[in-house]
Amino acid sequence: MTAEALVHSVLDSLAVRSDFPALQQTVRGGKRLVYLDNAATSQKPRAVIDAVQKFYERDNGSVHRGVYELSERATAVYEGARKKIARFLNAKDAREIVLLRGTSEAINLVAYTYGRKNVRAGDEILITEMEHHSNIVPWQMLCEATGAVLKVAPITDAGEVDLQAFEKLLSAKTKIVSAVYVSNSLGTVNPIAQMSALAHAAGAVMIVDGAQAAPHFLVDVQAIGADFFAFSPHKMYGPSGIGALYGRYELLDAMPPFLGGGHMISNVTFAKTTYAKPPAKFEAGTPNMEGAAGLAAAIDYVQALGIDAIDAHEQLLLKYATDALAKVAGLRIIGTAARKVGVVSFVLDGVHPHDVGSILDRHGVCVRAGHHCTQPVMERFKVPATTRASFGVYNTMEDVDALVEGLAAVRKVFS
Amino acid sequence: MSDYDDLYQELILDHHKKPRNFRRLGVEACTCHADGRNPLCGDQIALDVQVDGEQIKDIGFEGSGCAISTASASLMTEVVKGKTKAEADALFHIFHAMVTQGKTPDDPEKMGKLLAFSAVGEYPARVKCATLAWHTLHAALNGSHEPVTTE
Repeated sequence: MTAEALVHSVLDSLAVRSDFPALQQTVRGGKRLVYLDNAATSQKPRAVIDAVQKFYERDNGSVHRGVYELSERATAVYEGARKKIARFLNAKDAREIVLLRGTSEAINLVAYTYGRKNVRAGDEILITEMEHHSNIVPWQMLCEATGAVLKVAPITDAGEVDLQAFEKLLSAKTKIVSAVYVSNSLGTVNPIAQMSALAHAAGAVMIVDGAQAAPHFLVDVQAIGADFFAFSPHKMYGPSGIGALYGRYELLDAMPPFLGGGHMISNVTFAKTTYAKPPAKFEAGTPNMEGAAGLAAAIDYVQALGIDAIDAHEQLLLKYATDALAKVAGLRIIGTAARKVGVVSFVLDGVHPHDVGSILDRHGVCVRAGHHCTQPVMERFKVPATTRASFGVYNTMEDVDALVEGLAAVRKVFS
Repeated sequence: MSDYDDLYQELILDHHKKPRNFRRLGVEACTCHADGRNPLCGDQIALDVQVDGEQIKDIGFEGSGCAISTASASLMTEVVKGKTKAEADALFHIFHAMVTQGKTPDDPEKMGKLLAFSAVGEYPARVKCATLAWHTLHAALNGSHEPVTTE
Protein backbone atom coordinates (compact mmCIF):
# COMPACT_ATOMS: atom_id res chain seq x y z
CA MET A 1 0.00 0.00 0.00
CA THR A 2 1.38 3.46 -0.83
CA ALA A 3 1.73 5.96 1.97
CA GLU A 4 -0.98 8.05 0.32
CA ALA A 5 -3.38 5.14 0.29
CA LEU A 6 -2.54 4.39 3.89
CA VAL A 7 -3.45 7.90 4.98
CA HIS A 8 -6.81 7.58 3.28
CA SER A 9 -7.37 4.20 4.83
CA VAL A 10 -7.35 5.55 8.37
CA LEU A 11 -9.22 8.79 7.75
CA ASP A 12 -10.72 10.10 4.56
CA SER A 13 -9.18 13.52 4.98
CA LEU A 14 -10.59 14.83 1.70
CA ALA A 15 -14.11 13.99 2.85
CA VAL A 16 -13.27 15.46 6.25
CA ARG A 17 -12.00 18.62 4.56
CA SER A 18 -15.39 19.12 2.93
CA ASP A 19 -16.94 19.33 6.43
CA PHE A 20 -15.07 22.59 7.04
CA PRO A 21 -16.52 25.66 5.28
CA ALA A 22 -13.44 27.82 5.99
CA LEU A 23 -11.25 25.40 4.06
CA GLN A 24 -13.29 25.80 0.88
CA GLN A 25 -11.96 29.30 0.22
CA THR A 26 -8.90 30.46 -1.64
CA VAL A 27 -6.52 33.08 -0.23
CA ARG A 28 -3.84 35.50 -1.49
CA GLY A 29 -5.26 35.76 -4.97
CA GLY A 30 -6.63 32.30 -5.69
CA LYS A 31 -4.29 30.03 -3.72
CA ARG A 32 -5.74 26.85 -2.21
CA LEU A 33 -5.88 27.34 1.56
CA VAL A 34 -3.40 25.07 3.30
CA TYR A 35 -4.08 25.42 7.00
CA LEU A 36 -1.17 24.17 9.11
CA ASP A 37 -1.64 26.20 12.30
CA ASN A 38 -3.81 23.73 14.17
CA ALA A 39 -1.76 23.86 17.36
CA ALA A 40 -2.78 27.52 17.63
CA THR A 41 -6.42 27.03 16.72
CA SER A 42 -8.33 24.65 14.49
CA GLN A 43 -10.96 25.38 11.87
CA LYS A 44 -14.59 24.50 12.68
CA PRO A 45 -16.74 21.87 10.98
CA ARG A 46 -20.25 22.65 9.77
CA ALA A 47 -21.67 20.58 12.67
CA VAL A 48 -20.10 22.91 15.25
CA ILE A 49 -21.10 26.08 13.41
CA ASP A 50 -24.66 24.73 13.13
CA ALA A 51 -24.80 23.84 16.83
CA VAL A 52 -23.83 27.40 17.82
CA GLN A 53 -26.32 28.87 15.35
CA LYS A 54 -29.09 26.50 16.47
CA PHE A 55 -28.54 27.50 20.07
CA TYR A 56 -29.07 31.16 19.19
CA GLU A 57 -32.02 30.42 16.96
CA ARG A 58 -33.90 28.14 19.35
CA ASP A 59 -32.52 27.56 22.81
CA ASN A 60 -31.09 30.87 24.04
CA GLY A 61 -32.36 31.71 27.52
CA SER A 62 -31.07 32.33 31.02
CA VAL A 63 -29.07 29.26 31.94
CA HIS A 64 -29.80 27.76 35.42
CA ARG A 65 -32.26 30.56 36.18
CA GLY A 66 -35.52 30.84 34.34
CA VAL A 67 -38.65 28.81 34.97
CA TYR A 68 -39.57 28.89 31.30
CA GLU A 69 -38.91 26.41 28.51
CA LEU A 70 -36.08 28.29 26.78
CA SER A 71 -34.17 28.53 30.03
CA GLU A 72 -34.67 24.83 30.64
CA ARG A 73 -33.34 24.07 27.17
CA ALA A 74 -30.33 26.37 27.64
CA THR A 75 -29.58 24.63 30.92
CA ALA A 76 -29.89 21.22 29.29
CA VAL A 77 -27.45 22.26 26.54
CA TYR A 78 -24.98 23.69 29.02
CA GLU A 79 -25.10 20.84 31.52
CA GLY A 80 -25.19 18.33 28.67
CA ALA A 81 -21.86 19.72 27.44
CA ARG A 82 -20.39 19.32 30.92
CA LYS A 83 -21.47 15.68 31.03
CA LYS A 84 -20.05 15.12 27.56
CA ILE A 85 -16.64 16.52 28.58
CA ALA A 86 -16.67 14.37 31.72
CA ARG A 87 -17.20 11.24 29.62
CA PHE A 88 -14.69 12.39 26.99
CA LEU A 89 -11.92 12.82 29.58
CA ASN A 90 -13.12 9.86 31.68
CA ALA A 91 -13.80 11.93 34.80
CA LYS A 92 -15.68 10.08 37.53
CA ASP A 93 -18.35 12.73 37.85
CA ALA A 94 -19.58 15.67 35.77
CA ARG A 95 -19.26 17.88 38.87
CA GLU A 96 -15.50 17.59 38.38
CA ILE A 97 -15.73 19.65 35.19
CA VAL A 98 -15.59 23.43 35.59
CA LEU A 99 -16.50 25.35 32.43
CA LEU A 100 -14.21 28.30 31.85
CA ARG A 101 -12.77 30.30 28.96
CA GLY A 102 -9.89 27.97 28.20
CA THR A 103 -6.67 26.39 29.37
CA SER A 104 -5.08 29.67 30.49
CA GLU A 105 -8.01 30.53 32.71
CA ALA A 106 -8.09 26.98 34.09
CA ILE A 107 -4.44 27.05 35.16
CA ASN A 108 -4.82 30.54 36.59
CA LEU A 109 -7.82 29.35 38.59
CA VAL A 110 -5.84 26.51 40.16
CA ALA A 111 -2.84 28.77 40.88
CA TYR A 112 -5.04 31.41 42.44
CA THR A 113 -7.35 29.23 44.52
CA TYR A 114 -5.63 25.92 45.27
CA GLY A 115 -2.23 27.62 45.17
CA ARG A 116 -2.91 30.49 47.53
CA LYS A 117 -4.62 28.19 49.98
CA ASN A 118 -1.99 25.45 50.04
CA VAL A 119 1.36 27.02 49.13
CA ARG A 120 3.55 28.80 51.69
CA ALA A 121 6.88 30.64 51.66
CA GLY A 122 9.70 28.19 50.98
CA ASP A 123 7.44 25.62 49.30
CA GLU A 124 8.29 24.63 45.75
CA ILE A 125 6.38 24.41 42.50
CA LEU A 126 7.87 22.26 39.76
CA ILE A 127 7.28 22.82 36.05
CA THR A 128 9.31 21.86 32.96
CA GLU A 129 11.42 23.86 30.55
CA MET A 130 8.97 23.19 27.70
CA GLU A 131 5.94 24.89 29.27
CA HIS A 132 3.75 27.37 27.43
CA HIS A 133 3.78 30.83 29.05
CA SER A 134 0.31 30.03 30.41
CA ASN A 135 1.88 27.31 32.55
CA ILE A 136 4.79 29.50 33.69
CA VAL A 137 3.44 32.95 34.46
CA PRO A 138 0.55 31.95 36.81
CA TRP A 139 3.09 30.04 38.93
CA GLN A 140 5.51 32.97 38.95
CA MET A 141 2.64 35.15 40.12
CA LEU A 142 1.82 32.61 42.86
CA CYS A 143 5.48 32.54 43.93
CA GLU A 144 5.55 36.33 44.07
CA ALA A 145 2.45 36.34 46.26
CA THR A 146 3.48 33.54 48.62
CA GLY A 147 7.29 33.43 48.66
CA ALA A 148 7.29 29.95 47.15
CA VAL A 149 10.04 28.96 44.72
CA LEU A 150 9.58 27.92 41.10
CA LYS A 151 11.73 24.99 39.97
CA VAL A 152 12.18 24.02 36.35
CA ALA A 153 12.96 20.50 35.09
CA PRO A 154 15.31 20.72 32.08
CA ILE A 155 14.67 19.16 28.69
CA THR A 156 17.08 17.22 26.52
CA ASP A 157 18.39 18.10 23.04
CA ALA A 158 15.60 15.99 21.58
CA GLY A 159 13.05 18.08 23.45
CA GLU A 160 12.06 15.50 26.05
CA VAL A 161 11.78 16.08 29.79
CA ASP A 162 14.93 14.90 31.55
CA LEU A 163 13.12 12.50 33.87
CA GLN A 164 16.10 11.92 36.15
CA ALA A 165 16.50 15.65 36.71
CA PHE A 166 12.71 15.93 37.13
CA GLU A 167 12.76 13.27 39.84
CA LYS A 168 15.71 14.89 41.60
CA LEU A 169 13.92 18.23 41.76
CA LEU A 170 10.98 16.67 43.61
CA SER A 171 11.09 16.77 47.40
CA ALA A 172 8.87 17.16 50.43
CA LYS A 173 8.91 20.90 49.66
CA THR A 174 7.20 20.34 46.29
CA LYS A 175 3.52 21.18 46.65
CA ILE A 176 2.53 21.45 43.00
CA VAL A 177 3.81 19.89 39.79
CA SER A 178 2.42 21.34 36.59
CA ALA A 179 3.39 20.10 33.15
CA VAL A 180 2.20 19.96 29.58
CA TYR A 181 0.95 16.64 28.31
CA VAL A 182 2.07 17.70 24.83
CA SER A 183 4.42 20.57 23.99
CA ASN A 184 2.90 23.11 21.61
CA SER A 185 6.24 24.18 20.16
CA LEU A 186 8.08 20.83 20.05
CA GLY A 187 5.23 18.34 19.67
CA THR A 188 6.70 16.14 22.44
CA VAL A 189 4.26 13.84 24.22
CA ASN A 190 5.39 13.62 27.83
CA PRO A 191 5.25 10.41 29.90
CA ILE A 192 2.65 12.19 31.97
CA ALA A 193 1.40 9.15 33.97
CA GLN A 194 4.95 8.49 35.11
CA MET A 195 5.46 12.15 36.01
CA SER A 196 2.17 12.14 37.98
CA ALA A 197 3.24 9.05 39.89
CA LEU A 198 6.55 10.71 40.80
CA ALA A 199 4.75 13.91 41.83
CA HIS A 200 2.31 11.98 44.01
CA ALA A 201 5.13 9.99 45.61
CA ALA A 202 6.63 13.34 46.66
CA GLY A 203 3.26 14.43 48.06
CA ALA A 204 2.52 17.03 45.40
CA VAL A 205 -0.62 17.52 43.31
CA MET A 206 -0.31 17.03 39.55
CA ILE A 207 -1.68 19.59 37.14
CA VAL A 208 -1.74 18.65 33.48
CA ASP A 209 -1.95 21.27 30.73
CA GLY A 210 -3.83 19.22 28.18
CA ALA A 211 -4.42 21.89 25.54
CA GLN A 212 -2.40 20.07 22.88
CA ALA A 213 -3.34 16.51 23.91
CA ALA A 214 -7.12 16.24 23.85
CA PRO A 215 -7.42 17.00 20.08
CA HIS A 216 -5.00 14.25 19.07
CA PHE A 217 -5.33 11.10 21.15
CA LEU A 218 -7.46 9.49 23.82
CA VAL A 219 -7.12 11.21 27.20
CA ASP A 220 -8.05 9.47 30.44
CA VAL A 221 -7.57 11.83 33.38
CA GLN A 222 -7.88 9.02 35.91
CA ALA A 223 -5.41 6.72 34.17
CA ILE A 224 -2.75 9.46 33.94
CA GLY A 225 -3.23 10.42 37.57
CA ALA A 226 -4.10 14.05 36.91
CA ASP A 227 -5.43 15.94 39.93
CA PHE A 228 -6.25 18.81 37.58
CA PHE A 229 -6.44 18.82 33.79
CA ALA A 230 -6.99 21.88 31.60
CA PHE A 231 -8.14 21.95 28.00
CA SER A 232 -9.28 24.26 25.20
CA PRO A 233 -11.82 22.87 22.71
CA HIS A 234 -11.01 25.54 20.11
CA LYS A 235 -7.94 23.49 19.25
CA MET A 236 -10.26 20.50 18.80
CA TYR A 237 -12.61 21.94 16.17
CA GLY A 238 -14.81 23.61 18.82
CA PRO A 239 -15.54 27.28 19.51
CA SER A 240 -13.06 29.65 21.13
CA GLY A 241 -13.80 31.35 24.43
CA ILE A 242 -14.84 28.15 26.18
CA GLY A 243 -12.70 25.54 27.89
CA ALA A 244 -12.68 23.27 30.86
CA LEU A 245 -10.86 22.45 34.03
CA TYR A 246 -11.11 18.93 35.36
CA GLY A 247 -10.36 18.70 39.08
CA ARG A 248 -10.76 15.82 41.51
CA TYR A 249 -13.96 16.58 43.41
CA GLU A 250 -12.49 16.59 46.92
CA LEU A 251 -9.82 19.07 45.79
CA LEU A 252 -12.35 21.36 44.10
CA ASP A 253 -14.62 21.12 47.14
CA ALA A 254 -11.85 22.25 49.51
CA MET A 255 -10.73 25.15 47.32
CA PRO A 256 -11.86 28.75 47.85
CA PRO A 257 -13.82 30.34 44.98
CA PHE A 258 -12.16 32.23 42.10
CA LEU A 259 -14.37 35.02 40.74
CA GLY A 260 -17.24 36.23 42.88
CA GLY A 261 -20.69 36.97 41.50
CA GLY A 262 -23.97 35.39 40.50
CA HIS A 263 -24.45 31.61 40.44
CA MET A 264 -21.33 30.81 42.53
CA ILE A 265 -23.18 31.48 45.79
CA SER A 266 -25.36 29.50 48.14
CA ASN A 267 -26.68 32.47 50.11
CA VAL A 268 -25.79 36.17 50.15
CA THR A 269 -26.29 38.57 53.02
CA PHE A 270 -24.24 41.62 53.94
CA ALA A 271 -23.22 39.81 57.09
CA LYS A 272 -22.01 36.62 55.43
CA THR A 273 -22.06 34.95 52.03
CA THR A 274 -21.78 31.22 51.57
CA TYR A 275 -20.66 29.58 48.38
CA ALA A 276 -22.14 26.99 46.07
CA LYS A 277 -20.64 23.53 45.69
CA PRO A 278 -18.37 22.74 42.71
CA PRO A 279 -18.52 23.29 39.84
CA ALA A 280 -20.91 26.25 40.33
CA LYS A 281 -18.55 27.70 42.95
CA PHE A 282 -16.10 28.50 40.14
CA GLU A 283 -18.58 29.68 37.53
CA ALA A 284 -19.62 33.23 38.40
CA GLY A 285 -21.74 35.10 35.87
CA THR A 286 -23.64 34.10 32.75
CA PRO A 287 -21.43 31.63 30.92
CA ASN A 288 -20.65 30.99 27.27
CA MET A 289 -23.76 28.91 26.53
CA GLU A 290 -23.46 28.88 22.74
CA GLY A 291 -19.83 27.84 23.21
CA ALA A 292 -20.99 24.89 25.29
CA ALA A 293 -23.37 23.89 22.48
CA GLY A 294 -20.50 24.09 20.00
CA LEU A 295 -18.02 22.20 22.12
CA ALA A 296 -20.49 19.35 22.63
CA ALA A 297 -20.84 19.17 18.85
CA ALA A 298 -17.04 19.19 18.51
CA ILE A 299 -16.72 16.22 20.86
CA ASP A 300 -19.42 14.38 18.88
CA TYR A 301 -17.52 15.22 15.69
CA VAL A 302 -14.14 13.85 16.79
CA GLN A 303 -15.75 10.80 18.33
CA ALA A 304 -17.60 10.08 15.09
CA LEU A 305 -14.28 10.21 13.21
CA GLY A 306 -12.73 8.13 15.97
CA ILE A 307 -9.93 9.38 18.21
CA ASP A 308 -7.74 6.44 17.29
CA ALA A 309 -8.22 7.09 13.58
CA ILE A 310 -7.33 10.76 14.14
CA ASP A 311 -4.21 9.73 16.02
CA ALA A 312 -3.15 7.28 13.30
CA HIS A 313 -3.83 9.83 10.55
CA GLU A 314 -1.77 12.53 12.24
CA GLN A 315 1.08 10.13 12.96
CA LEU A 316 1.28 9.27 9.27
CA LEU A 317 1.31 12.96 8.35
CA LEU A 318 3.97 13.62 10.98
CA LYS A 319 6.18 10.92 9.51
CA TYR A 320 5.60 12.07 5.94
CA ALA A 321 6.33 15.70 6.87
CA THR A 322 9.38 14.87 8.99
CA ASP A 323 10.88 12.85 6.12
CA ALA A 324 10.07 15.50 3.52
CA LEU A 325 11.42 18.39 5.62
CA ALA A 326 14.60 16.50 6.46
CA LYS A 327 15.41 16.65 2.72
CA VAL A 328 15.15 20.46 2.57
CA ALA A 329 18.66 21.92 2.47
CA GLY A 330 19.62 23.95 5.53
CA LEU A 331 16.51 22.96 7.49
CA ARG A 332 16.78 21.81 11.08
CA ILE A 333 13.84 20.33 12.99
CA ILE A 334 13.56 21.54 16.59
CA GLY A 335 11.95 18.82 18.69
CA THR A 336 12.86 15.27 17.77
CA ALA A 337 11.28 13.36 20.66
CA ALA A 338 10.52 9.67 20.23
CA ARG A 339 6.85 10.31 20.85
CA LYS A 340 5.28 13.35 19.18
CA VAL A 341 1.95 14.60 17.88
CA GLY A 342 1.64 16.19 14.43
CA VAL A 343 3.75 19.25 15.17
CA VAL A 344 6.93 20.06 13.26
CA SER A 345 8.95 23.10 14.36
CA PHE A 346 11.96 24.06 12.28
CA VAL A 347 14.52 26.71 11.43
CA LEU A 348 15.96 27.42 8.02
CA ASP A 349 19.58 28.54 7.78
CA GLY A 350 19.93 32.26 7.18
CA VAL A 351 16.20 33.01 7.00
CA HIS A 352 14.21 34.38 9.91
CA PRO A 353 11.01 32.39 10.62
CA HIS A 354 8.87 35.48 10.06
CA ASP A 355 10.24 35.82 6.54
CA VAL A 356 9.57 32.10 6.02
CA GLY A 357 6.02 32.59 7.28
CA SER A 358 5.35 35.62 5.05
CA ILE A 359 6.52 33.83 1.91
CA LEU A 360 4.59 30.63 2.76
CA ASP A 361 1.54 32.82 3.29
CA ARG A 362 1.80 34.02 -0.30
CA HIS A 363 1.52 30.37 -1.32
CA GLY A 364 -1.65 29.96 0.76
CA VAL A 365 0.21 28.02 3.45
CA CYS A 366 -0.66 29.15 6.99
CA VAL A 367 2.01 28.35 9.57
CA ARG A 368 3.01 29.87 12.87
CA ALA A 369 6.27 31.78 13.03
CA GLY A 370 7.52 33.02 16.36
CA HIS A 371 8.30 31.80 19.85
CA HIS A 372 4.92 30.06 20.23
CA CYS A 373 4.53 31.50 23.76
CA THR A 374 7.43 29.29 24.80
CA GLN A 375 10.34 31.72 24.98
CA PRO A 376 12.38 29.46 27.32
CA VAL A 377 12.21 26.70 24.68
CA MET A 378 13.63 29.10 22.07
CA GLU A 379 16.40 30.02 24.48
CA ARG A 380 17.09 26.32 25.18
CA PHE A 381 17.62 25.63 21.48
CA LYS A 382 19.40 28.97 20.87
CA VAL A 383 16.99 30.14 18.20
CA PRO A 384 15.09 33.47 18.17
CA ALA A 385 11.97 31.75 16.86
CA THR A 386 10.87 28.80 14.77
CA THR A 387 8.43 28.12 11.96
CA ARG A 388 5.84 25.57 13.01
CA ALA A 389 3.53 23.38 10.94
CA SER A 390 0.88 21.53 12.94
CA PHE A 391 -1.63 19.07 11.56
CA GLY A 392 -5.30 18.33 12.05
CA VAL A 393 -7.90 15.90 10.75
CA TYR A 394 -8.37 17.71 7.42
CA ASN A 395 -4.71 17.90 6.45
CA THR A 396 -3.39 15.76 3.63
CA MET A 397 -0.06 14.84 2.12
CA GLU A 398 -0.81 17.41 -0.56
CA ASP A 399 -0.73 20.04 2.22
CA VAL A 400 2.72 18.84 3.30
CA ASP A 401 3.85 18.97 -0.35
CA ALA A 402 2.60 22.58 -0.57
CA LEU A 403 4.66 23.42 2.51
CA VAL A 404 7.78 21.89 1.01
CA GLU A 405 7.21 23.69 -2.31
CA GLY A 406 6.75 26.94 -0.42
CA LEU A 407 10.07 26.38 1.35
CA ALA A 408 11.77 25.97 -2.02
CA ALA A 409 10.40 29.39 -2.94
CA VAL A 410 11.74 30.81 0.33
CA ARG A 411 15.14 29.41 -0.53
CA LYS A 412 14.98 31.02 -3.97
CA VAL A 413 14.16 34.48 -2.58
CA PHE A 414 16.96 34.29 -0.03
CA SER A 415 19.53 32.56 -2.24
CA MET B 1 7.80 38.23 -11.12
CA SER B 2 6.53 36.24 -8.17
CA ASP B 3 3.93 37.35 -5.66
CA TYR B 4 6.21 38.55 -2.93
CA ASP B 5 8.64 40.60 -5.00
CA ASP B 6 6.74 43.60 -3.70
CA LEU B 7 7.74 42.82 -0.08
CA TYR B 8 11.11 41.16 -0.60
CA GLN B 9 12.60 43.55 -3.16
CA GLU B 10 16.22 43.25 -4.25
CA LEU B 11 17.14 46.35 -2.26
CA ILE B 12 15.65 44.90 0.94
CA LEU B 13 17.29 41.52 0.43
CA ASP B 14 20.62 43.22 -0.25
CA HIS B 15 20.47 45.28 2.95
CA HIS B 16 19.43 42.16 4.86
CA LYS B 17 22.46 40.25 3.60
CA LYS B 18 24.90 43.14 3.92
CA PRO B 19 23.54 45.58 6.47
CA ARG B 20 25.19 49.02 6.24
CA ASN B 21 26.49 50.86 9.31
CA PHE B 22 26.35 47.59 11.19
CA ARG B 23 28.68 48.63 14.00
CA ARG B 24 28.67 50.23 17.41
CA LEU B 25 30.09 53.78 17.53
CA GLY B 26 32.07 53.37 20.73
CA VAL B 27 31.71 55.30 23.97
CA GLU B 28 33.63 58.35 22.75
CA ALA B 29 31.63 58.99 19.61
CA CYS B 30 28.19 57.89 20.74
CA THR B 31 26.09 60.75 22.09
CA CYS B 32 22.68 59.06 22.07
CA HIS B 33 21.78 55.41 22.38
CA ALA B 34 18.62 53.34 22.57
CA ASP B 35 17.72 49.65 22.52
CA GLY B 36 14.65 48.32 20.80
CA ARG B 37 12.94 44.98 20.64
CA ASN B 38 9.98 43.45 18.95
CA PRO B 39 8.63 40.83 21.37
CA LEU B 40 6.46 39.25 18.68
CA CYS B 41 9.35 38.02 16.55
CA GLY B 42 12.31 38.55 18.84
CA ASP B 43 13.91 41.27 16.70
CA GLN B 44 16.50 43.22 18.68
CA ILE B 45 18.42 46.36 17.88
CA ALA B 46 21.04 48.46 19.68
CA LEU B 47 21.32 51.88 18.06
CA ASP B 48 24.15 54.41 18.54
CA VAL B 49 23.94 57.96 17.24
CA GLN B 50 26.49 60.76 17.20
CA VAL B 51 24.76 64.11 17.18
CA ASP B 52 26.69 67.33 16.67
CA GLY B 53 24.50 70.32 17.38
CA GLU B 54 21.36 69.44 15.46
CA GLN B 55 23.04 67.19 12.93
CA ILE B 56 23.29 63.38 12.91
CA LYS B 57 26.99 62.99 12.15
CA ASP B 58 27.23 59.24 12.50
CA ILE B 59 24.95 56.32 13.26
CA GLY B 60 25.40 52.58 13.69
CA PHE B 61 23.39 49.60 14.84
CA GLU B 62 23.77 46.00 15.84
CA GLY B 63 21.14 43.37 16.44
CA SER B 64 19.34 40.41 15.00
CA GLY B 65 16.02 40.01 13.32
CA CYS B 66 14.07 39.20 10.20
CA ALA B 67 14.97 40.52 6.75
CA ILE B 68 12.46 43.35 6.97
CA SER B 69 13.70 44.66 10.33
CA THR B 70 17.40 44.35 9.45
CA ALA B 71 16.98 45.99 6.05
CA SER B 72 14.85 48.75 7.57
CA ALA B 73 17.52 49.53 10.19
CA SER B 74 20.26 49.46 7.55
CA LEU B 75 18.44 51.73 5.10
CA MET B 76 17.39 54.07 7.89
CA THR B 77 20.98 54.62 8.98
CA GLU B 78 21.99 55.37 5.37
CA VAL B 79 19.17 57.82 4.86
CA VAL B 80 19.38 59.80 8.12
CA LYS B 81 23.16 60.15 8.28
CA GLY B 82 23.99 63.82 7.74
CA LYS B 83 20.41 64.96 8.27
CA THR B 84 19.25 67.17 11.14
CA LYS B 85 17.25 65.66 14.00
CA ALA B 86 14.15 67.52 12.74
CA GLU B 87 14.61 66.13 9.23
CA ALA B 88 15.01 62.60 10.57
CA ASP B 89 11.88 63.00 12.67
CA ALA B 90 9.91 64.27 9.69
CA LEU B 91 11.05 61.23 7.65
CA PHE B 92 9.94 58.95 10.49
CA HIS B 93 6.44 60.38 10.33
CA ILE B 94 6.18 59.98 6.56
CA PHE B 95 7.65 56.45 6.75
CA HIS B 96 5.25 55.51 9.53
CA ALA B 97 2.22 56.75 7.58
CA MET B 98 3.47 54.87 4.52
CA VAL B 99 3.82 51.48 6.21
CA THR B 100 0.89 51.71 8.61
CA GLN B 101 -1.74 53.39 6.43
CA GLY B 102 -0.33 52.66 3.00
CA LYS B 103 -0.18 56.44 2.52
CA THR B 104 1.85 57.48 -0.51
CA PRO B 105 4.34 60.15 0.53
CA ASP B 106 3.53 63.64 -0.82
CA ASP B 107 7.07 63.97 -2.04
CA PRO B 108 8.20 60.42 -2.99
CA GLU B 109 11.62 61.60 -4.09
CA LYS B 110 12.44 62.77 -0.60
CA MET B 111 11.92 59.20 0.61
CA GLY B 112 14.48 57.78 -1.81
CA LYS B 113 15.28 54.15 -1.07
CA LEU B 114 12.78 54.02 1.79
CA LEU B 115 10.06 53.61 -0.83
CA ALA B 116 11.18 49.97 -1.01
CA PHE B 117 9.10 49.46 2.14
CA SER B 118 5.87 50.85 0.69
CA ALA B 119 4.46 47.29 0.28
CA VAL B 120 4.72 46.63 4.02
CA GLY B 121 1.38 48.44 4.39
CA GLU B 122 -0.25 45.39 2.79
CA TYR B 123 1.18 43.09 5.47
CA PRO B 124 -0.14 44.36 8.81
CA ALA B 125 1.70 41.60 10.68
CA ARG B 126 5.04 42.91 9.44
CA VAL B 127 4.63 46.65 10.17
CA LYS B 128 6.36 46.33 13.52
CA CYS B 129 9.39 44.76 11.86
CA ALA B 130 9.73 47.75 9.53
CA THR B 131 9.21 50.42 12.19
CA LEU B 132 11.34 49.02 15.04
CA ALA B 133 14.53 50.84 14.00
CA TRP B 134 12.67 54.10 13.54
CA HIS B 135 11.01 53.93 16.95
CA THR B 136 14.42 53.22 18.43
CA LEU B 137 15.96 56.21 16.63
CA HIS B 138 13.16 58.41 17.91
CA ALA B 139 13.86 57.24 21.46
CA ALA B 140 17.61 57.77 21.08
CA LEU B 141 17.20 61.32 19.78
CA ASN B 142 14.69 62.21 22.47
CA GLY B 143 16.81 60.93 25.31
CA SER B 144 14.48 58.13 26.37
CA HIS B 145 16.29 55.57 28.47
CA GLU B 146 13.52 52.99 28.52
CA PRO B 147 14.06 50.18 26.00
CA VAL B 148 11.72 50.60 23.06
CA THR B 149 9.21 47.87 22.41
CA THR B 150 6.81 47.62 19.54
CA GLU B 151 4.14 45.91 21.64
